[in-house]
Amino acid sequence: MAVTGLVLVIFLLFHMFGNLKILISVEDFNHYAGFLRTILNPILPGDTFLWMFRCVLLLCVVLHIWSAARVTKQDYKGKGGRGRYSIKKSLSPDNTYAARTMIWSGIIIVLFVIMHLLQFTIAPAAFGNPHDGPDGRAGMVFTAFGNWIFIVIYVIAMAAICLHVSHGFWSAFATLGANVSGLTRKVLRACSLLVGAVIFFGFLVPPFLIFFGVIN
Amino acid sequence: MKINLRIWRQHNGKEQGRLVQYSLDGVSGDMSFLEMLDLLNEQLTEKGEDPVAFDSDCREGICGQCGVVINGVPHGGQGVAQPVRTTTCQLHMRSFADGSTITIEPWKAAAFPVLRDLIVDRSALDRVIEAGGYISVNTGAAPDAHAVQINKKRSDRAFDAATCIGCGACVAACPNGSAMLFTSAKITHLAMLPQGQPERVLRVKRMVGEQDALGFGGCTNIGECAAVCPKGIPLESISQLNRDLIASLFKHDGKDD
Ligand code: HEM
Ligand code: SF4
Ligand code: FES
Repeated sequence: MAVTGLVLVIFLLFHMFGNLKILISVEDFNHYAGFLRTILNPILPGDTFLWMFRCVLLLCVVLHIWSAARVTKQDYKGKGGRGRYSIKKSLSPDNTYAARTMIWSGIIIVLFVIMHLLQFTIAPAAFGNPHDGPDGRAGMVFTAFGNWIFIVIYVIAMAAICLHVSHGFWSAFATLGANVSGLTRKVLRACSLLVGAVIFFGFLVPPFLIFFGVIN
Repeated sequence: MKINLRIWRQHNGKEQGRLVQYSLDGVSGDMSFLEMLDLLNEQLTEKGEDPVAFDSDCREGICGQCGVVINGVPHGGQGVAQPVRTTTCQLHMRSFADGSTITIEPWKAAAFPVLRDLIVDRSALDRVIEAGGYISVNTGAAPDAHAVQINKKRSDRAFDAATCIGCGACVAACPNGSAMLFTSAKITHLAMLPQGQPERVLRVKRMVGEQDALGFGGCTNIGECAAVCPKGIPLESISQLNRDLIASLFKHDGKDD
């Protein structure tokens, strides 16, 4: 859970920095999107690296969901099922809304990831944004975010990811043994919130700028 | 002072429990929470009703028998106006306002079946200790006081962790019914001491395995346990357990070749 989650966080951060290239120029973005297909090229032919990368990522997602299912079941059983105390006070600063809703933010993320992959990788044409137009890959991003429905969907999904990471990041470090003192815990939690916020804003800047026509 | 009570009544493990209302007059601020319940039970007995079953032994905060959930807080001390970090038996009625309503429920967790009213079976914690929360030493003459050396910080940490009284408030507070704080207190206690080293690797594997087998939930780093622990066992103990557990994965101990 912790290891696979952290791999996904690192992936998300790189993905976000990549997306921000669209702020520089369409050429830059297309160059980057093309580069993803040719990483390690003289050593490995064509898009071999991309496929290896996709396999590792898929493995992480599968393992993460598998452990999420296990831990959710164990925890539900452990507390003795539904309807526990008639009153229960929360006293811990770490007992956040994000921490209590990990499974729900997780489910929103799964649904979003499926839609996102269909939209930009598997079947862009079905979403009305083919990637072989005059603007190349950047073109399909412009088509998608000209539509307010996608803006709404992306805001909801990024809010879910932001919540998930804002607990998950520090929690993963604690699970790996890094919560060594009260002060360390404060630092870890602050980093966790920061990473959540960076992901939220970092991913949403391009869609909003496109929607309001600041970049085109 | 006068207190209104809502108390969990449950005849046995099979029957459904429910909250029953009582009102109790003549409570003094100097009474402990358990003395208040004693007073209620005297009155119930006089009326020919069943007294409320609750556990207690030392009544001085060291045996861990007495825990109940008071107004949604295990042991209650962290939920009152001026929080006190202590057990139910050491919480005093002066912490509550005259005329207030107090809800009392037993620990609720899959591994702690309710026996009657406020009494639960906490022996699952003993099973966890039996799985590895000990050291093996030869008996005989007491060793020289300075024969085994240890640095002050480690001995302090061991001592602090050893103050866990096995009350189970951590399990009751945890939204997952996890015993990680309890188990990690014993792991930390023995991991800090030279005497704990020979069995350190096996201990963590076995205790964590036993915990899962007994039906406790897992830790998701929520921190409710440490917030209510009457002995102030810190949340960091759980990371100590996790470090030992991760290290144990790379050790041969416990593998059949
Ligand atoms: C694919 C859908 C996902 C599901 C169903 C899911 C579900 C879960 C669940 C149930 C937990 C455990 C909750 C807890 O510790 O309280 C968790 C933890 C975590 N998740 Fe996810 N998650 C998903 C996607 C992601 C993504 C995309 C990331 C990366 C940004 C991520 C990062 C983490 C991290 C770092 C943890 C903490 C691990 C730990 O405490 O040991 N998850 N996830
Ligand atoms: S860790 Fe604290 S709350 Fe848990 S059993 Fe020990 S003393 Fe009680
Ligand atoms: S009765 Fe012993 S700790 Fe409360």
